[in-house]
Amino acid sequence: MYEFDWSSIPGALPFLWAGMKTTLEITALAVAVGIVWGTLLAIMRMSGIRLLSWFAAGYVNLFRSIPLVMVLLWFFLIVPALMESVFSIPRTSDTRLASAMVAFALFEAAYYAEIIRAGIQSVHKGQMGAALALGMSYGQAMRLVVLPQAFRNMVPLLLTQGIILFQDTSLVYVSSLADFFGAAYKVGDRDGRLVELLLFAGAVYFLICFSASLLVKRFQKKVIA
Amino acid sequence: MISIRKVSKHYGSFQVLTDCSTDVQKGEVIVVCGPSGSGKSTLIKCVNGLEPFQQGEILVNGISVGDPKTNLSKLRAHVGMVFQNFELFPHMSVTDNLAIAQIKVLGRGREEAVDRGLKLLDRVGLLAQADKFPGQLSGGQQQRVAIARALAMDPICMLFDEPTSALDPEMVNEVLDVMVGLALGGMTMMVVTHEMGFARRVAHRVIFMDQGRIVEDAPKEAFFGTPRSERAQQFLSKILHH
Repeated sequence: MYEFDWSSIPGALPFLWAGMKTTLEITALAVAVGIVWGTLLAIMRMSGIRLLSWFAAGYVNLFRSIPLVMVLLWFFLIVPALMESVFSIPRTSDTRLASAMVAFALFEAAYYAEIIRAGIQSVHKGQMGAALALGMSYGQAMRLVVLPQAFRNMVPLLLTQGIILFQDTSLVYVSSLADFFGAAYKVGDRDGRLVELLLFAGAVYFLICFSASLLVKRFQKKVIA
Repeated sequence: MISIRKVSKHYGSFQVLTDCSTDVQKGEVIVVCGPSGSGKSTLIKCVNGLEPFQQGEILVNGISVGDPKTNLSKLRAHVGMVFQNFELFPHMSVTDNLAIAQIKVLGRGREEAVDRGLKLLDRVGLLAQADKFPGQLSGGQQQRVAIARALAMDPICMLFDEPTSALDPEMVNEVLDVMVGLALGGMTMMVVTHEMGFARRVAHRVIFMDQGRIVEDAPKEAFFGTPRSERAQQFLSKILHH
């Protein structure tokens, strides 16, 4: 019978907290950039300009058809070289966090684009007509009239996607970046207490995601009411 | 003021408008009627370029709507439009609905825009509702706010696309009263409606459309007295006898 020994966790808390901060940083940035870039992609995809809608459709389909782990690995390999040639940052510096952020942001944008496109389409078509009839430009009508309504309808979906992303950030372990999961793994590996540490990490992920999704549900009820 | 010259429009092979021509003089009130699917809403939406058309020409105040070089936004800013489903912006208060386009399109200051908006809100009898949201108002009230919103842009003419069709019967008159007031005040109006009482009271001319064509375009007395076309006679007898 396996004997649990949790004693290595209390001492490792500061290190684990630092990992959690990395996880939260990646999540927050990917959500923020993902929503902005995703909105642009959604607008491009719905625009009458063929080149733009093709580009957006291609982008979304590409990222949605590739496993996230592979996208992450690509960026770990590509971003350092890019930083070296464009910003002349030496390859030796640690760009793992930056490349993880870029990879997640670009990847999530593809998912956000589809959510946002559905959100924009959920706004009654006459709203755009009314805004244009008042003399607004297409951009003004989108920004002032259509998008605010679309986002209000979408908030629960966007938050749910954020929760999924929060879990997916654990995939950065492929670059041995110490996010929360990576930090837990490292501590467990060091102390020979992998089972305890991974159980602990799992419990923390569960607690955070479960309470976040409860909040989303509550919010959803408020929006519908 | 509005000149429609041989306008035709089709969706693919489906002809929506065929060779439509008419003129609306300054201060004139034109009622456009006809069975559903006759193209009357499409025609009125062509006037401010919300619907594109393939052939013909529409001039509003001398500016060609179909010309790709025309700044449509600038033109629309001064052509008021009222929709069947009101289309107030549900995420804004009544006051913001009235002010937003004045601020963003006409470049008015917020204070001036709100001031102008509230004056018009008072004119449609809804000053007390200024801080409410559209969802808290009845259909008739929403449509009156929509009319005030269009008027706040100081339009040179007003287009109404079946403004009372989505209303409960008891609310139709409060909206028509506002429109009658506008007509008597000399506003140039093009109104798609089946409200023949409104047409009898204030219209100068009535246009009857069927299958995308203007079948009849006559002064109201002539239209209600002796419609020339059989189709218009049938239509009138149907909607006037119940």
